[in-house]
Amino acid sequence: MYDTSISEKTVTQNSIKFSARNVQVHYGDTHAIKDVSVDIEDKTVTAFIGPSGCGKSTFLRCLNRMNDTIDICRVEGDIRLDGQDIYDKRVDPVQLRAKVGMVFQKPNPFPKSIYDNVAYGPKIHGLARNKADLDEIVERALRRGAIWDEVKDRLNEPGTGLSGGQQQRLCIARAVATEPEVLLMDEPCSALDPIATSQVEELMDELRKNYSLVIVTHSMQQAARVSQKTAFFHLGNLVEFGETGQIFTNPQDERTESYITGRIG
Amino acid sequence: MTDMTASPSGALATDARLRARLRQRKRKQVILQGLGLGAISFAGLMLFILVASLVSTGYKAVTQTHLTVEVFVDPQEISVDKLPRGGFRDVLAAALIKEFPDMAEAGRKDLRALTGVYSNGAQFRLRDMIVADPGLIGQTVTLTVPVSDPFDQLQKDLIKRETPQAQRRVDDRQIAWFDTLAERGMISEPINWGLLTNADSRFPELAGLKGALVGSFWALLVCFAISFPVGIGAAIYLEEFAPKNRMSDIIEVNINNLAAVPSVVFGLLALAVFLGWFGLPRSAPLVGGMTLALMTMPTIIISTRAALKAVPPSIREAALGVGASRHQVVFGHVLPLAMPGVMTGTIIGLAQALGETAPLLLIGMNAFITSAPGTPLDSATALPTQIFIWADSPERGFVSRTSAAILVLLGFLVMMNGIAIYLRNKFERSW
Ligand SMILES: Nc1ncnc2c1ncn2[C@@H]1O[C@H](COP(=O)(O)OP(=O)(O)OP(=O)(O)O)[C@@H](O)[C@H]1O
Ligand SMILES: [Mg+2]
Repeated sequence: MYDTSISEKTVTQNSIKFSARNVQVHYGDTHAIKDVSVDIEDKTVTAFIGPSGCGKSTFLRCLNRMNDTIDICRVEGDIRLDGQDIYDKRVDPVQLRAKVGMVFQKPNPFPKSIYDNVAYGPKIHGLARNKADLDEIVERALRRGAIWDEVKDRLNEPGTGLSGGQQQRLCIARAVATEPEVLLMDEPCSALDPIATSQVEELMDELRKNYSLVIVTHSMQQAARVSQKTAFFHLGNLVEFGETGQIFTNPQDERTESYITGRIG
Repeated sequence: MTDMTASPSGALATDARLRARLRQRKRKQVILQGLGLGAISFAGLMLFILVASLVSTGYKAVTQTHLTVEVFVDPQEISVDKLPRGGFRDVLAAALIKEFPDMAEAGRKDLRALTGVYSNGAQFRLRDMIVADPGLIGQTVTLTVPVSDPFDQLQKDLIKRETPQAQRRVDDRQIAWFDTLAERGMISEPINWGLLTNADSRFPELAGLKGALVGSFWALLVCFAISFPVGIGAAIYLEEFAPKNRMSDIIEVNINNLAAVPSVVFGLLALAVFLGWFGLPRSAPLVGGMTLALMTMPTIIISTRAALKAVPPSIREAALGVGASRHQVVFGHVLPLAMPGVMTGTIIGLAQALGETAPLLLIGMNAFITSAPGTPLDSATALPTQIFIWADSPERGFVSRTSAAILVLLGFLVMMNGIAIYLRNKFERSW
């Protein structure tokens, strides 16, 4: 049913990037994530799938502490990045987010020029020593975002003037410009047409060489195409986690099976 | 609709109940539109009546009747070593006697009737001219000075010639003199720039708004300097940094209440605190500005918070997502995007402050002051209080000047609101 050939390619054992243990998330009285433990590998695309409202975004946002900005959100449990507890008091969420970049569901470029959109992160983290340096970082990021050729002649035009797909790739370029180690993408293709989607997917495959990628997607095909590992969430529980090929061809849990065959969700 | 009635055989049209409901809905819509149109027409009519009545009285103050005379600066009356004192009044009288030689032997009373054409300010105008250039003594100078208020009224037909002599402020003889002067081309009616460039005066023909304009300017500057940073700071803190709890709710409610407090209360507060405790000078634009700032601050806080709230969360997330700190998010992304809204709110707050009268009356900014304030600590009036003073004055000449002053105030208000609208359109949200 799904083209899982990519995922069935060699799955080498990579080092663990994120390791989450017994994570619980509450929004006020809502128990959104229930006791989730998962290991996310380096240089791997991990896909989060599951029906709407099951907590995929919530869990994703735990990984770079974006949930800190929501007053009523409470995160418990243990999440380690390279062995270090990211919810430790000594960890500055600002530094964490420089290491763990994020691309949002809706393209959200700053209402600034294309150049400034990409240059902003490197600037605030002091990654460039001078203007030439910064120019180089911006160009490299835009190239990796697969959008350089389309915007190289209009770097000073506002990023908000681009098409939806271009904006999303600009946001990806903006995220990679800070040289993160992990890239979190929350439904990065939901606003894109098939062509832009395949561009972004190619990009993910490319980025996998250097980063650990975590994507949330509602498209089973996409999960099967780009990811090596898949996690299936249901009602706040992590129901099943394993090799993508395994999950799609031979799910262990019946909820997983009914979801990927389209019976729930 | 028309299709339906044209082909009653259609399935939709056959249902009579549906048609009746449609008709009723349409009627409701027409009534609603009518009410809205009526309300707007009523508001427009009221505005028209207001402006029309102001213009119809105020336009008389747009010009000021002037008298041009040849004055011989008699060295016997005016000498260099006595300046700035001298017989300026006599010199001016002599200039008129030259026009009417039969008045040379007239008594003091008759002479006063003749020189009554001159505004009281004429002698000072001549004095200033000669002090500036004493070389004029012994020469004949051409002097153009305002005529006094009754003659200005006569020229503008506000004093009717057909009124019985006993009921008007100029007698038949004075009218005859004035007409003679007019025949000789000595009477002119230029634009009354003095209305903007003169300070206040007891004499309507000399009175102007300069003191009030400068006073209002200082007061608004002080008001802006206080309320803008404090208001924005408070709004940013409340909206972006303050924890959302009971305390912040209480503060929020109180700020909204503060915006609704009658302005006269702020005047009383200023009287007690600024003048009473701090001992700041009465009538000073500084105190006026501080008082107005108390009133403007809630407006700025409320509009700034609304503008900050209107910035979409996706922008904040984007900035946080690349590792910006909360300060960087607020000052680098959210505040710049909110700025048009902030500016609009600030300008509207300042426009309100410009028209505010009651608190200024309480701190004494309705004093009679004949010079424009040099610093915010000098006594001064403001535009609305100046209007208040003039409206209270018995002299007929102040009637048209009051209307003209109101028009000037309205002009500034329209201008400020225009700037606010311009800013809003220019920086229309771009996300
Ligand atoms: N800001 C919030 N405040 C309160 N509850 C929230 C908030 N965000 C999410 N939730 C709740 O947490 C649960 C999980 O939401 P989440 O956004 O993680 O779902 P999701 O799996 O990403 O769904 P979708 O696929 O529709 O994006 C839902 O029940 C939702 O109502
Ligand atoms: Mg989601």
